[in-house]
Amino acid sequence: MDQFYGIFLYIISLLTMGGIYAILALGLNIQWGFTGLFNAGIAGFFAIGAYVSAILTTAPSLRHLGGYELPYVVSFAAAMVVSGIIAWAVGKVCLKLRADYLAIATIGIAEIFRLILKNETWATNGPRGVSMIPKPFETLPEPWNHLCFLGLILAVIVVIYLLLETARNSPWGRVMTAIRENEKSAMAAGKDIEKFRMEAFVAGCMLMALAGAFIAHYLKFIGPNATDPLTSTFLVWVMLVVGGSANNRGAILGAFLMWTIWSASEILTSRLPDELAIRTAYIRIFLIGLALQIFLQRFPKGIFPEVRPKPERRQSVSDGVTDNATSR
Amino acid sequence: MLTIENLNKSFGGLQAVRNCSFNIEEGTITGLIGPNGAGKTTTFSMIAGELVPTSGRIVFEDNDIAGLPTHEMFHRGIVRTFQIPHEFAKMTVLENLMVVPPEQPGERLFANWVSRGQVKRREHEVRDRAEDALDFLSIAHLGDEPAGNLSGGQKKLLELGRTMMTDAKLVLLDEPGAGVNPTLLLKIREMISRLREERDYTFCVIEHDMDLIASLCDPVIVLAEGTVLTQGTMAEVRSNPDVLDAYLGGGEEE
Ligand SMILES: Nc1ncnc2c1ncn2[C@@H]1O[C@H](COP(=O)(O)OP(=O)(O)OP(=O)(O)O)[C@@H](O)[C@H]1O
Ligand SMILES: [Mg+2]
Repeated sequence: MDQFYGIFLYIISLLTMGGIYAILALGLNIQWGFTGLFNAGIAGFFAIGAYVSAILTTAPSLRHLGGYELPYVVSFAAAMVVSGIIAWAVGKVCLKLRADYLAIATIGIAEIFRLILKNETWATNGPRGVSMIPKPFETLPEPWNHLCFLGLILAVIVVIYLLLETARNSPWGRVMTAIRENEKSAMAAGKDIEKFRMEAFVAGCMLMALAGAFIAHYLKFIGPNATDPLTSTFLVWVMLVVGGSANNRGAILGAFLMWTIWSASEILTSRLPDELAIRTAYIRIFLIGLALQIFLQRFPKGIFPEVRPKPERRQSVSDGVTDNATSR
Repeated sequence: MLTIENLNKSFGGLQAVRNCSFNIEEGTITGLIGPNGAGKTTTFSMIAGELVPTSGRIVFEDNDIAGLPTHEMFHRGIVRTFQIPHEFAKMTVLENLMVVPPEQPGERLFANWVSRGQVKRREHEVRDRAEDALDFLSIAHLGDEPAGNLSGGQKKLLELGRTMMTDAKLVLLDEPGAGVNPTLLLKIREMISRLREERDYTFCVIEHDMDLIASLCDPVIVLAEGTVLTQGTMAEVRSNPDVLDAYLGGGEEE
């Protein structure tokens, strides 16, 4: 019985973490999948969300900024707004750059955030991080507290999914795809591509911050290591690519799938003999890389490839007169 | 309508356009011809805002517009097509056109969540307009194809279609006939004349096909080595010894 209960709790934690990653992957999907923006600094925006929400909700502490004890709704909204504003500032500078430079710039910015979080001890408690972060539903009895938290995340995913699907199928999504497909032509079609890119970048970074806020409350602790680029940025990219870039369902599936593999790899590597155990970190990354290879061999465009909406055709009035097929 | 004054553009050491000045009068179909590398496309790119001139002025309806971004030019009524087609490969042919009309309410992210009725109504109008353009270009049967699958000539037609999706004032066509079959070329010629009459478009056309230029354009401007060699009617230009020397040779063209 105890064992089953343990498995049950493990599955709940798997789904909760998978769900948080799904929000990250959906955020990246707006940027990369829809618009073609290469954000290599996911960890940075994730961290901003986590710290903002943590600091706004914790009880007073001498170790870090805090004591505001605000409700979750406020702290989550603030996390997203702060991240959005920072993304806007970053975008102002970086979105003018060519795609590959944006990647480099965002890596740098995420590292800067990490160093700030590590070194501005007065606000963040430095490497020791912020602890005793309250968690929604934690006063409920086991396992309802875990279940309700999971339910909240799943509900949030459904709402985001519906909003993003509407956006993707809309003229807005069409402009985004056009920019991704051919920047020059999108400009010639009169689109202010900098403005549209900014929207995608800001919206994506706000979702990343939302995921960050969730992780802070879920773990009840946030330190600079939780926002390590390997487990946030790299893993999220793998999730999106495996699941299917530019496909929201793909992003969600990829997140749950890869998180399960990532988590299983921990169980696997923890059983290794001692001399290998110190190498677990490398081995886990290697396994993720291997999984990426295997999935991409099988599904080169991701498990769910992009499906562009097909606009409904007008019933043709003059069928037949239009057969002047041309060739060069 | 459009006046270019002493326009210059250098790429590093190479001066593609030098001290180039000419006028495009409202309501004309102005031809722009000249040898390969004369700077025709570069001049278009500067008028359309894709390239920033090294120096000089581009005056459109009494405003100096040199250096403004492309979308700003578009909103002032200047639309261009590309010599090498730039389609949105993964989008359908119909979508390629539907993306063009400006100020669609659905381009505002929030409008899609809060005022869907308005967005939908506009979508229908935009769709109908795109279908009309496809009918006109005889590629309606390809409407659902990804644009990347079109042939070279069909992509040129799609480029043309884009200019029909907006209320442009000045349309810059960069070799609209290249790679298009002769029957369709006649149709394109007819379309250009018709758009000028029905929609008051002004055209500037780059072409190496002298028959097309002769039948459509008045006046014709000849560029060579980045500067205006001469201009006038096709007959005048044809009999100009400098032009014969630099470009047309013994009546041969590319
Ligand atoms: N982006 C660029 N970078 C560097 N050089 C360029 C660039 N664009 C054009 N050039 C150069 O400028 C010159 C003029 O090019 P342009 O494309 O304007 O010629 P064109 O008159 O359109 O010729 P064609 O009839 O072959 O299309 C050429 O020598 C070309 O190599
Ligand atoms: Mg050219």
